[in-house]
Amino acid sequence: MTERSYEKYFRQNRLPHLWCPGCGNGIAMKAIVQAIENKGWTQDNTVIVSGIGCSSRASGYMDFDTLHTAHGRAIPFATGIKLSKPNLNVVVITGDGDCTAIGGNHFIHGCRRNINLNVILFNNDIYGMTGGQASPMTPLGKKATTAPYGSIDRPFDACNLAQAAGATFVARSTAFHVQHLVKMIQESFDNTGFSFVEALVQCPTAYGRKNRMAEPAKMLQWMKDNAVMKNVWDKLPEEKKIGEKFPIGLFYNSESETYDVAYKKVIQAAGGIAK
Amino acid sequence: MILIQGNEAVAQGALAAGVRFFGGYPITPSTEIAESMAKLLPKYGGTFIQMEDEIASMGVILGASLAGKKVLTASSGPGISLKQELIGYAAAAEIPCVIVNVQRVGPSTGQPTAPSQGDVMQARWGTHGDHSIIALSPWSVREAFELTVKAVNCAERFRTPVILLMDEIVGHLRENVNLPTENEIEIYPRRKPKKTRAEGYQPYAPDEDLVPNIANFGEGYHIHVTGLIHDETGFPVGSPKVTADSIRRMHEKISKDIIEVQTEFIDDAEFAVLAYGGTARTAYQAVLDARAKGVKVGFIRLVTVWPFADEFLFDISKKLKSIIVTELNYGQIVGEVQRAVKGNCEVKLCAKYDMTIFEPEEIEEKIFAETK
Repeated sequence: MTERSYEKYFRQNRLPHLWCPGCGNGIAMKAIVQAIENKGWTQDNTVIVSGIGCSSRASGYMDFDTLHTAHGRAIPFATGIKLSKPNLNVVVITGDGDCTAIGGNHFIHGCRRNINLNVILFNNDIYGMTGGQASPMTPLGKKATTAPYGSIDRPFDACNLAQAAGATFVARSTAFHVQHLVKMIQESFDNTGFSFVEALVQCPTAYGRKNRMAEPAKMLQWMKDNAVMKNVWDKLPEEKKIGEKFPIGLFYNSESETYDVAYKKVIQAAGGIAK
Repeated sequence: MILIQGNEAVAQGALAAGVRFFGGYPITPSTEIAESMAKLLPKYGGTFIQMEDEIASMGVILGASLAGKKVLTASSGPGISLKQELIGYAAAAEIPCVIVNVQRVGPSTGQPTAPSQGDVMQARWGTHGDHSIIALSPWSVREAFELTVKAVNCAERFRTPVILLMDEIVGHLRENVNLPTENEIEIYPRRKPKKTRAEGYQPYAPDEDLVPNIANFGEGYHIHVTGLIHDETGFPVGSPKVTADSIRRMHEKISKDIIEVQTEFIDDAEFAVLAYGGTARTAYQAVLDARAKGVKVGFIRLVTVWPFADEFLFDISKKLKSIIVTELNYGQIVGEVQRAVKGNCEVKLCAKYDMTIFEPEEIEEKIFAETK
């Protein structure tokens, strides 16, 4: 990769982005295009689909066919695109509220069907666009404008959810572990089937400010201090998996027939003509 | 000649019109449309998918439409309510799609197996915000086929959601029909960009008919599609002028030439019965019976419900004493007729909302009351 060669994947006339200073979304967005470049996908054969929220504004900055859908609905739209033109690479960018709250049903059914989509969840633990309300991924006890005394809602582990629902690739990384994040996304592209990568991103403005981490660097430091590579995590005794520590890395990968391949058999059984 | 039901005719019409993608969710009384599509679409190399809910069924067809497919979904009351969010998205982002509503009694779960025409105003205003819509309402099995073709063509021509406003009467009606043959069917093809990117192509720049020629995904145009108010580039803009222009164009792009109204015995009519959908079958019988008894009553049928036939009704109402609006609801289209005739004639309501269809005698009673 030549230096800054990834810039061609952005719509220069749409930048600068609207994200707050210190936001981690740009890191995750750049990681996606780096993975696209490494993978050799082109701007003509790749579609970016997003929902609504801070994360989902990424699609507008990326120079591909891009689709900014309605809140929570990116996966159904992406499913329609993929099944209509299976030769297109379809990347879904979503957020923790978009994917696991309003889009939760679409998320688990996308995983179940094993549609060949690549879903990247920008997890900032909060509803950023609307000013910092608690999401289903806000950790217990953390503060939000709708949880002023600390959240009592038990959060989802989106990776466990994806795996349980049938996703065939599940991984997590963070905005601090940039190279690792690119690697996880690139490996998710290698998987033929429903791939899910959770990218922890810092939101100093809406989340950090309420939780004693108003400085972006402090939030990245928190990721560095608490993220544990999966191979190390697996060897940790239970008593050391404490506090805010969490595992990152590849959690699950398996081969399973994708929906569009299975549907070709339906066409065959019906005596139809292939598209 | 074949014996089929209205819902099956919708599926046949969709395939004839070039629909190659269906996303749906089971619901009474529209399920036969999904079942027919599940069986038939793969034979045409098309795709059927049963989604996890009604919202996803709308989302999946919009994605497929953006990728270049002609698309259809079908549902009824509760499902149509859920679809409203993305019907609005289709209006805003100008994505061709057809939504079939086989109306049943509401609100809520209502009477799932019983006919109603209670969703006519929802068809117009169900999704939030200012938007245009097209709704067509067939009265026979053959017309269910024909209007499905017209619905698909309108969706493609105007790049807009089109509602095929069925009711349980026509959906489950079985008739012997001769369906139109392939060369009897006119098909409006997907609009294509008229410029390349190098020539300054803008996906949302309106053509002369006010409709944009938006490229399909995967054709190298790198377009951006959003539900936010956007300018010709397709990107969101917080501008009052762009907002007003966008909403105005969305309304004005729907040409009035698609408004179809059927009239019978209108030349010497002193008053008329107006109906639409399955109810029009009974209303027509009532008019025939009254005519046989010498009553000078006319018959008006709205084939296109939306956009509303304002000008037609205004003109025709000048020579009528009254119009009896017959509908299977508490009174919905009657208000629109009143608005359209601007006091030219009296507008009376013949409403029914007890989950049963009209009997001709019930409408005849209203007709004879007018002669006194």
